[in-house]
Amino acid sequence: MIQALLSVGLVAASALGVATFPRSVLVFLLFQGSLVFVYRARIPELLRWSLLVVALLVLMPVIGYFNGYYLEVATQVGIFVVLALGLNIVVGLAGLLDLGYVAFFAVGAYSWAIFGSPHANVIFGGGFPLAGGWFYPFLVVGLCTAALTGVLLGLPVLRLHGDYLAIVTLGFGEVIRVLANNLDKPINITNGPKGITPISRPPTPFGLPYGEYFYFLVLLLVVVVVIVNRRLENSHIGRAWEAIREDELAARSMGVPLVRMKLMAFACGASFAGIMGVLFSAKQVFINPESFTFLESIGVLAMVILGGMGSIPGAILGATVVTVLNLQVLKGFSLWLNELKNAGVTVLGYSLADLPTQFEPAKYERMVFGIILVLMMIFRPQGIFPARRRQRELTPHGS
Amino acid sequence: MALFEARGVTKRFGGLTALNGVDFALERGIVSIIGPNGAGKTTLFNVFTGLYVPDEGSVTFRGQALLGLRPDQITALGVCRTFQNIRLFANMTAIENVLVGMNSRISLGLWDVLSHSARFRQSESQLATRALGLLDRVGLQANANVVARNLPYGDRRRLELARALASQPALLLLDEPTAGMTQGEAGSLMRLLRGLVADLDLAIILIEHNMRVVMEVSDRVTVLDHGEKIAEGSPREVQASPRVIEAYLGRRGAAPRGAHGA
Repeated sequence: MIQALLSVGLVAASALGVATFPRSVLVFLLFQGSLVFVYRARIPELLRWSLLVVALLVLMPVIGYFNGYYLEVATQVGIFVVLALGLNIVVGLAGLLDLGYVAFFAVGAYSWAIFGSPHANVIFGGGFPLAGGWFYPFLVVGLCTAALTGVLLGLPVLRLHGDYLAIVTLGFGEVIRVLANNLDKPINITNGPKGITPISRPPTPFGLPYGEYFYFLVLLLVVVVVIVNRRLENSHIGRAWEAIREDELAARSMGVPLVRMKLMAFACGASFAGIMGVLFSAKQVFINPESFTFLESIGVLAMVILGGMGSIPGAILGATVVTVLNLQVLKGFSLWLNELKNAGVTVLGYSLADLPTQFEPAKYERMVFGIILVLMMIFRPQGIFPARRRQRELTPHGS
Repeated sequence: MALFEARGVTKRFGGLTALNGVDFALERGIVSIIGPNGAGKTTLFNVFTGLYVPDEGSVTFRGQALLGLRPDQITALGVCRTFQNIRLFANMTAIENVLVGMNSRISLGLWDVLSHSARFRQSESQLATRALGLLDRVGLQANANVVARNLPYGDRRRLELARALASQPALLLLDEPTAGMTQGEAGSLMRLLRGLVADLDLAIILIEHNMRVVMEVSDRVTVLDHGEKIAEGSPREVQASPRVIEAYLGRRGAAPRGAHGA
C-alpha cells in the first residue's frame, strides 16, 4: 500500500518537477528513476502497467513540450533499447560474442538513406528521393537487408567460438564502416565520409511535430521488439539458443540444428538493428560513417552486460543508463562546472577558473564508463537485472 | 536386418588407432560395451552419434546409413545419447533441459513462435506435459524448476537420461550412467532402464564399468580393448573368456572370480 502510494506520488511529483524546472537534469533523472521504482515496486500489476503507460504515453510527450531535448534523449534511449535487445539475442541468449553489431545498424541506415535522398540519382539517374511514405516499407527492407547481412556474417564464423568469433565480428564491423567510407568510387553509393543528406522523413499523422512523432514510433517499435524477444525466448527457438550457449556439443547431440539456429540468432539480432537504422537515418536526416564506429558496438555491448546478459528488462535498463549517462549526466556535469568557472568560484582557495580544460567531465565519458563497467564486474557481474529462469507450473495438466 | 549395425569402424587420431575395424550389431534389448580405460568405448559412441567421422567402416540404423549425417539429424532419426562427464545445460532448469531434448520433434517455424499461434501454444503445453512426465519417470518431478547446476550429482545423471528420452529415441546410448552412484542408486537406475526397454520398445547400448550392473542388466556384452573387439556374447560367456580376463587383469593374472572393472 505504501509502495503503491509512493509509486504514484513519485511519478506525479517528478513529472510536475520537470514541468516546473524544465532545465534541471536532476529532476528529469528523478523522473526516470521513478519509472524504475514503479517497475520494481511491490504493487498490483494493473497499477504498475497503467502508471508506466501513462508516464511513457502522456507524461513524457508533455515533458517534451516543456523541454524538447528530453524527448530527444528519450528517443535515443528507445533506439538503443532496441539495439541492446537485438544484441541480447546474439550475445545473451545464443552466447555468440558479436563486437561488430553496429554494422547491421549501418546497413539499415544506409538502405533508407540512399533511396530516401537525392543521392540515389547519382546511381540510378533520376526519380529520387522516394516520397516520405516509402519510409514505412523501407522499415521492412532495412529489416530484411540487415537480416541477410547477419546471415552472411554468420556463415563464415559458424565454426568459431569465444575470442575468435569476437575478433572476426569486430573485423566485420570495421569492414562495413570502411566500405561506407570508401564506396564513393568507382560508383558513388555511400558518398564516402561526406555522408548522405537530406534524407526524407515520412509525413507525420495528425500534424504531430517530428520530435513527438519519432518518440512514439520508437516507443511502438520498442514494444514490438520486447514482445518478439519474449516470444522467442519462451519458445523452442530460444531454448535451442540457450542450449547452444551452455554446451554446443550437447545441444547438437540433443537434436538442435546448430547451423540453422546460429544463423537465425544472427539474423534476428541483426534485423532489430536494421529496422532501427532506417528510423535513425530518417530522424537524423544526415548520416555518415562516423555514426557507426567500433565504439558504438562496444557501447551497445556494455548496455547488455550492464543490464544483465540474456535479460530483457536488463537490456532496457542498461540501454537507458548508458545513454542517459552519455547524453545528460556527464554533459550536465560539464556545464555545471563551466558555470562555476565562469562565476569565478573558488574551492579551498583554488580558483576553478584555473582548472585545465582537459578536466571537463564530458571529455572523459569513456573513462567514467570504463570505471562503471569495472565496478560492475567486481560487485555485480550478473548485471543489474540478471536473467531469471522461468518458473513453470508443476501440475502435469497445467502450464 | 538388425536395428543398428556398425561394420569395420576404424578411427585414427594421428598415429593412434582408437578403433580398429570394430563390428557391432544390435537387435533389441540392452547391449553393454565394456573394456579397460582407453579401449575406445566413448570414441565408438561418438562415431555412432555423428560427432566423429570414422576413417573406415559403415554405421546403419534401421537400414539407413548414419555416416555423413549431422548429430542433430541422427537424433531426429531416433538415436540419442548421454555423456560420460554429464553435459547438461547448466544454467537452464531441469524441465528446460528436457524440453531442449524435444527439439527435433517440433515442426513449428519462426512464424508460429512470433504470432503465438494456437498451434504453437498447444504444442508448448503438450511439450511441458510430456517433459513433466519424463521427469516424473526418472524421479525428478519435484525438481522441475531447479537450475541443473544446482542439482545433486545423481539427479544430474538422471536428468541427462530424461533429456535423452525426450527426443523419443528408438536407440539410447548411455555412457557410464551409474558412474559416481552408490550400489543402491545404480540398482534402481537399472530397474528404470529395464522398465524403459519394456515400455517404450527401446534398445539401449550401455558403456559401464560397474560389472555387477553389466552382468545383471545386459542381454549381450561386447568387450573392447585397444580399439578392437576381443569378445562378444552373453554376460556369462564374456565373463569366462580368457581374452577378457587378460585384458582386465593382465597376462598370467590369477583371475579371481567375478573380476571387477578396471
